[in-house]
Amino acid sequence: MNWWYIFYLLVFPGLLFTAILGLLVGWVDRKLSARVQFRVGPPILQNFYDFIKLLGKETIIVKDSIKSLFVLAPIVAFGVLVLVSTIIGVPLFFERGFNGDIFVVMYLLMIYSVMVIIGGGSTGNVYSSLGAGREIKLLLADELAFILICFVPIIKSGYVISLDGIVNAQSRVPFICSVSGVIAFVFGILCVQAKMALPPFHIPEAETEIVEGPFMEYSGPLLGYWKLNQYMMWVFYPFLLILLFLGGFRADGLGILWFILKYLGIVVLMVLIKNTNPRIRIDTAIKFFWRCAAPVAFVGVILAIYGV
Amino acid sequence: MSWYTKKLAKSIWVFHVSASPCNNCDIEILDLLTPKYDLERFGIKLVGSIRHADVLLVTGILNKKVAPRVKYIYEQAPKPIFVVGVGSCPASGTVFKGGYNYPSKVLSEISFDIYIPGCPPKPEAMIEGIMKLVEVLNA
Repeated sequence: MNWWYIFYLLVFPGLLFTAILGLLVGWVDRKLSARVQFRVGPPILQNFYDFIKLLGKETIIVKDSIKSLFVLAPIVAFGVLVLVSTIIGVPLFFERGFNGDIFVVMYLLMIYSVMVIIGGGSTGNVYSSLGAGREIKLLLADELAFILICFVPIIKSGYVISLDGIVNAQSRVPFICSVSGVIAFVFGILCVQAKMALPPFHIPEAETEIVEGPFMEYSGPLLGYWKLNQYMMWVFYPFLLILLFLGGFRADGLGILWFILKYLGIVVLMVLIKNTNPRIRIDTAIKFFWRCAAPVAFVGVILAIYGV
Repeated sequence: MSWYTKKLAKSIWVFHVSASPCNNCDIEILDLLTPKYDLERFGIKLVGSIRHADVLLVTGILNKKVAPRVKYIYEQAPKPIFVVGVGSCPASGTVFKGGYNYPSKVLSEISFDIYIPGCPPKPEAMIEGIMKLVEVLNA
């Protein structure tokens, strides 16, 4: 038993780092959205206040719900996300990984969506079950394109299926400097937008329509965990994109600054997409992902096989 | 507990109940979220579900039909919850007081923490009222 694994899981790329950085980046999101709308925006520690406040509120367990699933769904989802951020963070910062960890990441991300569906479906609320149903449809829509996009760096690195191997293959030229890399990166950002349920793909939790969907009946600490999960996704999805396409992290002087710039660039791009697009309907989303994103990503895969 | 209420004062999530209003106060409440007033700088935001809320914002005249519903919503909220009445109607009942459908009994069961009178109150007055709630929480 190596003690470093516990450090990885609980402190540096795992729980503590992802949670704190996620809450801070959530502030960047809220502040930038406010500036886009010519508002002032919240103070820098706002998400920490929100989380502490939610931890202290009363938890209401809904009478008609399936109580065990209702309570377990946010906690299991939190555990899954901690695991994902560790599996993505360790190859990124320490260049250690295991064979096939990119597939583990894909499966765990799917489990998070399943947890949202179980949590929303267990409450017995109409809006929550509507949101859960929409989450299923969105998962069906974006999963194929996301998997095809993940194949592009695998093929370009010479069929290496570990994340640290993919980073090492980009030590000279990152994969974005090629046609297939650009295609995969652009649609990768859109897929991430859909997986995080951000506008224009916030169909499962549309606030003005089905009032936060699956999270509607949650209150107190359980809602706090859902909010924390959403903020943690602001950390590891950009990390995953950096790892797959933008050449990862180098620990020498300028490399750290360069990494921060890459990370903030992706976050700002996602916030701007979020703020300039209205919500699309679920059939439009499925049409977009199955008729546009997946075929183009498939073309990207073929181009990657020919080495373009 | 005072440490917690100080944190609560920095992140107040508001659920808005329209209890048969004339819509004047509701429009003025939505003004608070516009760029000119922007209540998000105090950490205040409107939420869609009562389970997420810290403040129950009631507008309108609470008549016999709607007052039990407001009480029902109040009971479903996670505690601690504060009730704020916006406008003259929840504060005094205005011209409807003494009417056949004005339920004084149900009203006494919902304990309002703060009234913001006015028909409708200006957005500045509403911000002042909410800041008074924040001061009470910080004390």
